[in-house]
Amino acid sequence: MSAEFPIVTQHAGEIEPGHSLWQDAWHRLRQNKLAVIGGVFVAILSLICLLAIVIAPGSYAKTNLALGATAPSSAHWLGTDILGRDMLSRILFGGCISLSVGLAATLVSVIIGVLYGAISGYLGGRVDVILMRIVDIIYSLPFVIFVILILVVFGKHIVLLFMAIGAVSWLDMARIVRGQVMSLKRQEFVEAAVALGLRKRQIILRHMIPNVLGIVAIYATLIVPSVMLLEAFLSFLGLGVQAPMSSWGTLINDGRKTMEEYPWLLIYPSLFFSLTLFSLNFLGDGLRDALDVRASKD
Amino acid sequence: MPLLEVTNLRTSFHTRHGIVRAVNDVSFSLEKGDTLGIVGESGSGKSVTCYSLMRLIPQPPGRIEGGAALFGGVDLLKASPEQLSKIRGKRISMIFQDPMTSLNPYLRISEQLIEPLLIHENISRADALKRGIAALAEVGVPDAEKRIRSYPHEFSGGMRQRVMIAMALITKPELLIADEPTTALDVTVQAQILDLVKKMQRELGMAVIWITHDLGVVAGFCQRVQVMYAGRLVERATADELFQNTAHPYTRALQKSIPALQPKGAALYTIPGMPPDLSRNLEGCPFAPRCEYAQEQCKQPVELKDIAPNHATACLRVQKNEITF
Amino acid sequence: MLRFIFKRILEAIPVLLIVATVTFFLLHRMPGGPFDTEKATTPEIKKQIEAYYGLDKPVTQQYFDYMKRLVLHGDLGPSQKYFGWSVNELLAGSLPVSMELGLEGLCFALFFGLTAGVIASLRKNTFGDYIPMSFATLGICIPSFVTGPLLIIVFGILLGWFNTSGWFFPRDRVLPAMTLGLYYMAYISRLTRGGMLEILNQDFIRTARAKGASEWRVVWRHSLRGGLLSVVSFLGPAISGIVTGSLVVETIFDIPGAARFFIGAAFNRDGPMLMGTTLVYAVLVVVMNLLADIVQVWMNPRLRFDS
Repeated sequence: MSAEFPIVTQHAGEIEPGHSLWQDAWHRLRQNKLAVIGGVFVAILSLICLLAIVIAPGSYAKTNLALGATAPSSAHWLGTDILGRDMLSRILFGGCISLSVGLAATLVSVIIGVLYGAISGYLGGRVDVILMRIVDIIYSLPFVIFVILILVVFGKHIVLLFMAIGAVSWLDMARIVRGQVMSLKRQEFVEAAVALGLRKRQIILRHMIPNVLGIVAIYATLIVPSVMLLEAFLSFLGLGVQAPMSSWGTLINDGRKTMEEYPWLLIYPSLFFSLTLFSLNFLGDGLRDALDVRASKD
Repeated sequence: MPLLEVTNLRTSFHTRHGIVRAVNDVSFSLEKGDTLGIVGESGSGKSVTCYSLMRLIPQPPGRIEGGAALFGGVDLLKASPEQLSKIRGKRISMIFQDPMTSLNPYLRISEQLIEPLLIHENISRADALKRGIAALAEVGVPDAEKRIRSYPHEFSGGMRQRVMIAMALITKPELLIADEPTTALDVTVQAQILDLVKKMQRELGMAVIWITHDLGVVAGFCQRVQVMYAGRLVERATADELFQNTAHPYTRALQKSIPALQPKGAALYTIPGMPPDLSRNLEGCPFAPRCEYAQEQCKQPVELKDIAPNHATACLRVQKNEITF
Repeated sequence: MLRFIFKRILEAIPVLLIVATVTFFLLHRMPGGPFDTEKATTPEIKKQIEAYYGLDKPVTQQYFDYMKRLVLHGDLGPSQKYFGWSVNELLAGSLPVSMELGLEGLCFALFFGLTAGVIASLRKNTFGDYIPMSFATLGICIPSFVTGPLLIIVFGILLGWFNTSGWFFPRDRVLPAMTLGLYYMAYISRLTRGGMLEILNQDFIRTARAKGASEWRVVWRHSLRGGLLSVVSFLGPAISGIVTGSLVVETIFDIPGAARFFIGAAFNRDGPMLMGTTLVYAVLVVVMNLLADIVQVWMNPRLRFDS
């Protein structure tokens, strides 16, 4: 294919300042408007959620049975639910919970995935073949079923929740990390390090991990929305976050039950949830496109 | 009347870094049965010229800015898609540089080989298959009847290129454009492929445009040669004339760069500097920055001009008879 | 190719055995049971119940009994919640419903996803590309438990075209299948577009054009087989996802499928039912994955020679 496109080269004697890979990526990311909007949205939302905890803790649980469910008004911007609780607070707190669980589960997922992928990629050979075959098999099983079983057997503590969710979402990360490690292994600077006498452990620590961290950060951004989706899914089935805490998933499920009479109880939590997922997806896609030109959609 | 007449072809690529003028005012003609070699480095525009003729340039970044290419009365550059598809693969065929990526890995050889017949001729599948097997045998693939059912990855590089040749010639075209078909192959295989194309050319009486960066190939195969640099033609002559009465410093430099012809023990000759940035408008001769004969006057715009019958050069100083090689 | 199928079947069996074993021992640790939460029972009755369900034997013995019954007779045991009913009986009626729903969701996802993706790839960077792909991004971000109720509100309540729940008429299949398939339709359309774009950029597409092939021929004969590869390899996880997604969709639309037994068993701690449904789901997924793998090998000749 290279024969088709002319090579743009410099006039002999002129040297432009070099662009590092990261600078190029940052520049490309900034040009991706959707990704920027997504990132800003998530940042603002996270900030508001944090503020909500600090400013008015407990407002999400304050019931007002006499009031009951009311449509959005100036007193309650997003209305109230059937127990008279202010929906705006509930949605913000729900967001906090959803985002926190999302981040925690992503962390678990990243740790497992990176370790698994790095070991498989670095050791190579039969170990790698077996480990990756396991990943293939797990990838095709309905692991959510097993998460549900785990929650049923061991109880529905929130810590267990995000660990179980994380344990289901590490597969892609493992594959990516393995790919990175394998390609890094072959690159010359590893041979150079070996020639200089560095032991295997030093090579991994000083050379490979920094290179891999960038890719990990990017794909982690894409794991967060899928993990949040899973948490909402479980909450919808009643197996996720338990009362009195509520995540967006529980709010949506509650809203669904009364959607004909009080549609705002379904619409607003759904809106916030979808917008957040949107933003995270755009941001993650943008990051991935910015760094990996081949994977870019154009 | 010439088989193909190209006048003032201009093709550019509109990229983020600017407009790259890949082919800058190129004209040439080709008679029936001719063998024309186009020589140049990567980025000289030799391939883009021929892709432009076939309109195989991806049109978003690429654009044919102007010129005409008359082939049998039709201007290829302005022909409708229907006209074009009747010419491609039937009257003009093309073979490409990398046989590994130019064949569809998901289809059997039989599928791809007989496809030109199915597209252009009104024959049954069974008949097409018979002709395919015959074509395969003719290009030297052993056990053609069995091997035609294989997939491309089951063939070696040289075999794949033979398949490409069979596929290109199965409709007996009037013109074959070969874009560096031997660059990706072993030297021994190169010679075989060259002989094969020569043989087929004799049998079919077709014209051949052979794109290459290898002067040696040109010497053994082409009657006429044109040298391109930075998107322009810098010299055009018969093969004999080109080597015996070289008329451009770039051609001379290319000849000097052939490792096999250099004295043992001396440093290998390389052309100093780098090819120019085609997104910038160049004043005067594009080779001047790297030319050992360059002078102030070389900054003026210069045209390709005949200095002898059938020998043209774009070097101002040679045109003025100031230098010879 | 037959060797490949054989090898895969051979691989699937230990996977299922492991799944069964892990699930069994996991469920054994489950605290309580359905009869614990109901009326207080006397120790004698409790012992009788336990003997009936074989819970008084040591764990390993229970395991072997269960596996023997399962493998030799396909018997999934009696339900602990629905006394007098065996798991087989309960699932026999509901599983076909779930399978029909899953299949319809998959067909919906494949048909619209592939079409949208191919069109988008051919009209890259125009509105014919932006519109389907924006819908695709929407589909990936909005979960089924949001789209389901939304579809019900719009098409069931406001427009009145469909029933809001139930599984009686053929029309009742439409909204649930759409809800189930929407996410996968979105994903598939993105994968298709990506795969097609990658293929259309390859050298051999240029060769096909140079041979005079029409655009239609280039797409249909040359591009699809390679362009759809990433979709085919996604089929496995997609099927797995559809199985899980059916839990939500069957709940929302009140569909008499296997999901209500699974979810019910999760809340009621009905061990045999949980075990049974998990196994059935696992077998379903493994079988469908095997089929998907076979399709993948058929479509990509290079894979045939690597195993």
